[in-house]
Amino acid sequence: MTLVPLPHRLTSRHRETADTVTFELEPLSGGLGPFAPGQYAMLYAFGIGEIPVSVCRTSGDGRLTHTVRAVGAVSRGLCDLPAGASVGVRGPFGNGWNLRAARGHDLLVVAGGIGLAPLRPLIDAVLAEPAAYGRLNVLVGARTPGDLLYRAELPAWRRPFGAVTVDRPAGGWTGRVGVVTALLDEALFAPENATAFVCGPEVMMRATARELVDRGLPAGRVQLSLERNMRCATGHCGHCQLGPLLLCRDGPVVPYDQAEPLLTVREL
Amino acid sequence: MSRPAPVPSTGLIGSLSPGHRERLLALAHEVDHPASTRLFEEGGRADRFWIVRTGTVALDIHLPGRGPAVVETIGTGGLVGWSWLCPPHEWHLGAETRSRVEAWQFDAAEVRAVCAAHPEFGLPLVTLVAETIGRRLRATRTRLLDLYGPQPGAPSP
Ligand SMILES: Cc1cc2nc3c(=O)[nH]c(=O)nc-3n(C[C@H](O)[C@H](O)[C@H](O)COP(=O)(O)OP(=O)(O)OC[C@H]3O[C@@H](n4cnc5c(N)ncnc54)[C@H](O)[C@@H]3O)c2cc1C
Ligand code: FES
Repeated sequence: MTLVPLPHRLTSRHRETADTVTFELEPLSGGLGPFAPGQYAMLYAFGIGEIPVSVCRTSGDGRLTHTVRAVGAVSRGLCDLPAGASVGVRGPFGNGWNLRAARGHDLLVVAGGIGLAPLRPLIDAVLAEPAAYGRLNVLVGARTPGDLLYRAELPAWRRPFGAVTVDRPAGGWTGRVGVVTALLDEALFAPENATAFVCGPEVMMRATARELVDRGLPAGRVQLSLERNMRCATGHCGHCQLGPLLLCRDGPVVPYDQAEPLLTVREL
Repeated sequence: MSRPAPVPSTGLIGSLSPGHRERLLALAHEVDHPASTRLFEEGGRADRFWIVRTGTVALDIHLPGRGPAVVETIGTGGLVGWSWLCPPHEWHLGAETRSRVEAWQFDAAEVRAVCAAHPEFGLPLVTLVAETIGRRLRATRTRLLDLYGPQPGAPSP
């Protein structure tokens, strides 16, 4: 882990949607330690600022892939960078998904919007070692068909169960319409032997976790990736505090039995 | 001839006890519709309902000048139609198959009569239908929040 941003070069970029870009960063000298699925880096857009961004694919040779949605000054600055630009990177940070605890289990990967980014390396890891796990279910929700990430990869995630649903159909969309939790009816899993990995807007994660628990999954086996503002990423500044947790260090992945009392969104 | 679709292990059918499932399925007619079949229209008499065995059904609402807009899809194990349960027994939406759909079709009056005559079967069934309605209501409220949309204060792309 490094506390000083290491210079990286943006080697390629791909526009995923109107407001989201995936880019690859290559270290200019000696890369950062290996990133596990669900861990994040602090990306520094020079002259603008620094934000936490999950790795959405790792290559093993120090190159990092990130998907960023432009929501404010820094994320927009990163999305606008051309190939060849410099980015400062710190990391790896955070605990990442606990995939080891899910060995032998049916897996439910539930993503909403940009939440698919930190889940993609987890799907990669499972697909690289399919015999180690039970049935893989990938459930993806997005606002509109135009907001879907990684479209070219979605078909490969359909077996044994994978489905995509949108809140607002448009442009001749013939797929599913509705919230991502509705897809759980069709997912293939034995609740007593399943682990879920959930990332998306907090209300969506709460709704998904609650529904999974209703269906018999132990709350401790529903892992959520939580977001709070972060600054130091090293457990010193307190910006990311959630109850007794400093999410930059103790998270971002928190099991639902721990997260539930801390998430105080009012009942819908 | 393709094999009949399996009994879904999820949704309303999967949640019923084996005895109640058998009792409900004794009232079912198996139907097999090609894609783009209209099952019912907004404002029509809600005298039937379906449980999907395979395929997807789209619920839609007619927008003047724009035709039907899909508001939700229902897949394997899902219940299509609940207006049959409560007066005035009129469909609030239209429904169309998105793919080939194999389903169990039920006559609403017959199911209501069996529920009334056998409350030990009727109550769990109606409770499960109410659960389904509650889940859809929560889902609709969640969608109203437009969770994936731009956050307040965020610049437009
Ligand atoms: C552990 C972790 C991992 C993350 N991984 C990713 C990732 O892989 N890809 C990615 O795009 N983002 C990711 N984020 C979110 C990202 O860090 C924020 O979007 C970023 O900090 C916003 O900074 P900004 O300067 O661009 O916008 P700000 O100026 O800080 O915010 C501008 C506006 O956007 C709103 N906003 C802030 N954050 C979000 C958000 N997450 N979604 C929607 N609106 C928001 C604010 O409320 C504000 O109104 C992650 C966050 C955490 C904590
Ligand atoms: S970001 Fe500083 S303590 Fe977590």
